[in-house]
Amino acid sequence: MISLAGRDILHSWGKFVLTGMGLGLLIGATLTMAGVYRGMVDDAKVLLTSSGADIWVVQKDTQGPYAEASSIRDDAYRGVLGLPGVAQAASVTYLTMQVRHGARDERTMVVGFEPGQPGEPPNLLAGRRLLRGHFEAIADVKTGFRLGERISIRRHDYEVVGLTRRMVSTGGDPMVFIPLKDAQEAQFLKDNDAIISERARTASNPALNRPGVPGLLDAVNAAQTVNHSVNAVLVRVADGIPAEQVAQEIRRWKHLQAYTRQQMEEILIVKLVATSAKQIGMFLAILTIVSAAIVAFIIYTMTLGKIREIAVLKLIGTRNRTIAGMILQQALGLGLIGFVVGKISATLWGPAFPKYVLLEPGDAVRALVIIMVVCALASTLAIRAALKVDPATAIGG
Amino acid sequence: MDEGICIEGLSKRYGEGDTAVDALKDVNMSIAPGEVVGLVGPSGSGKTTLLKCLGAVIEPTRGRMTLGGEVIYDSAQGGWKTADLRALRRDRIGFIFQAPYLIPFLDVTDNVALLPMLAGRANGPSRARAQELLQALDVAHRAKAQPSELSGGEQQRVSIARALANQPPVILADEPTAPLDSERALAVMRILNQMASQFQTAIIVVTHDEKIIPIFKRIYHIRDGRTEEEAGEGRGIA
Repeated sequence: MISLAGRDILHSWGKFVLTGMGLGLLIGATLTMAGVYRGMVDDAKVLLTSSGADIWVVQKDTQGPYAEASSIRDDAYRGVLGLPGVAQAASVTYLTMQVRHGARDERTMVVGFEPGQPGEPPNLLAGRRLLRGHFEAIADVKTGFRLGERISIRRHDYEVVGLTRRMVSTGGDPMVFIPLKDAQEAQFLKDNDAIISERARTASNPALNRPGVPGLLDAVNAAQTVNHSVNAVLVRVADGIPAEQVAQEIRRWKHLQAYTRQQMEEILIVKLVATSAKQIGMFLAILTIVSAAIVAFIIYTMTLGKIREIAVLKLIGTRNRTIAGMILQQALGLGLIGFVVGKISATLWGPAFPKYVLLEPGDAVRALVIIMVVCALASTLAIRAALKVDPATAIGG
Repeated sequence: MDEGICIEGLSKRYGEGDTAVDALKDVNMSIAPGEVVGLVGPSGSGKTTLLKCLGAVIEPTRGRMTLGGEVIYDSAQGGWKTADLRALRRDRIGFIFQAPYLIPFLDVTDNVALLPMLAGRANGPSRARAQELLQALDVAHRAKAQPSELSGGEQQRVSIARALANQPPVILADEPTAPLDSERALAVMRILNQMASQFQTAIIVVTHDEKIIPIFKRIYHIRDGRTEEEAGEGRGIA
């Protein structure tokens, strides 16, 4: 038996391919939206994995350090290190800020860490790890910095000695890693005018500048310019020790909040990315409805353009299921062309997006199934119209 | 008459009560295999209704129809003898329309081969049958062409080949020469006569084309739903 749908597609392939391409671009946009969501989730997972931590210790009653502000004393790690089952513990700071790069500002997340401890970027693309205690930095390639370039953070310049990749915050900002002490200073360092003004205000306070207590004013000034806070302590547990067990100990004895990897993933993916996921979900739903409407409209108008031929086909004995099959196959063909164009488009333009777009094969398979189902449903309108055609219309009168 | 087509007391009423219209009233016709008859009448006389009844597209109100010696409709015995009118049309009735109405996305061969394929015949024999008919109608050289690449006359010849594809005992031709000039109209009629004779098919040609009316040996005049048979001039075609 001849494939009526195939012949019709071949006969008007130009119209079909152009329509399929238009639909494909829409499907490409849909796949990209799904890829953006997957990218956000993957970024969050990579962020947690690359920190090398099993437990995140943060300020009590907060969900820090990524989802919420958290501030704890920078000696908190010592108490944590003393707990049984803890192999390593180190302080880290996270500060989202604009850093100068030539004539423009780069929005980055500046991470303060201690070399050789949890929080250090695991893999370098180029360069070396931090060897000096100050003014060296490792930057994510997405920042655009190159080895040897200088990054200006607050009042200090840092030399880029290493480059890493896939190290971005949950907001998609690429990371710059600097020594912990420098990061602590950068987080709270005021500009010179503010420091002079603050010192003058302290000196004019008789309670803090008593004539009979030498050294009090200097001590207060020193306390005001030194920062002893960090955002979190990252903990690596000893082999064979369950992370939850250690986390419970920390919560119980240190009056701090401790999250295991699984709990932190839940905070990042379920809570932090949830709004974005809903937003993307809405877009996906709208794009799916628009795609369905387009397929329905195109197939319907194509069918209306063939009413006379359908009447003749019915008159000469073509079964309804053959005609319905022809329309259904055309709708599915259109969907298939759209999917192929969409997949290629999303693959080509995905890397150009500022945020990571992860196109998973599983999503592509799911999209193909959804497109086929949507196309099949969209063709019902046209099939209904075709089945209503009276074969008598082929005969004049 | 045992073969060809035979109609007895065929009536068709549209609507009911005061608004009822009798489109056909006790129509009687019989056409022998290989015979070409004309069905002539003014607009609204019932030609199309008769064609639709003969073509198993609409159900008559009363009467009896025999096709190839087999009763296909008898109002006294419950109406249609088969539930599958689609198969009846496909296998036993050929249609030729005012315009060729070829399927635009099938080539010439497949336009003709489609009917045997719809009837369940394999692709090879169906295409062979199509080739045979296209040769008989002198359009075999356009076998691979698309309908849009054919002239009007060629398209009409292909539509005749399609009507003959399943070797039906009857072909219903609805004003097949209407859009054609005299020369082409006569050519089409020559072909119909030749095919009727060659394939022993009864052909009913609905027409009010004055150019071709003198060709028929027998003509049915239809007026206000009633038919009258008269002998045509039967000049034939030179």
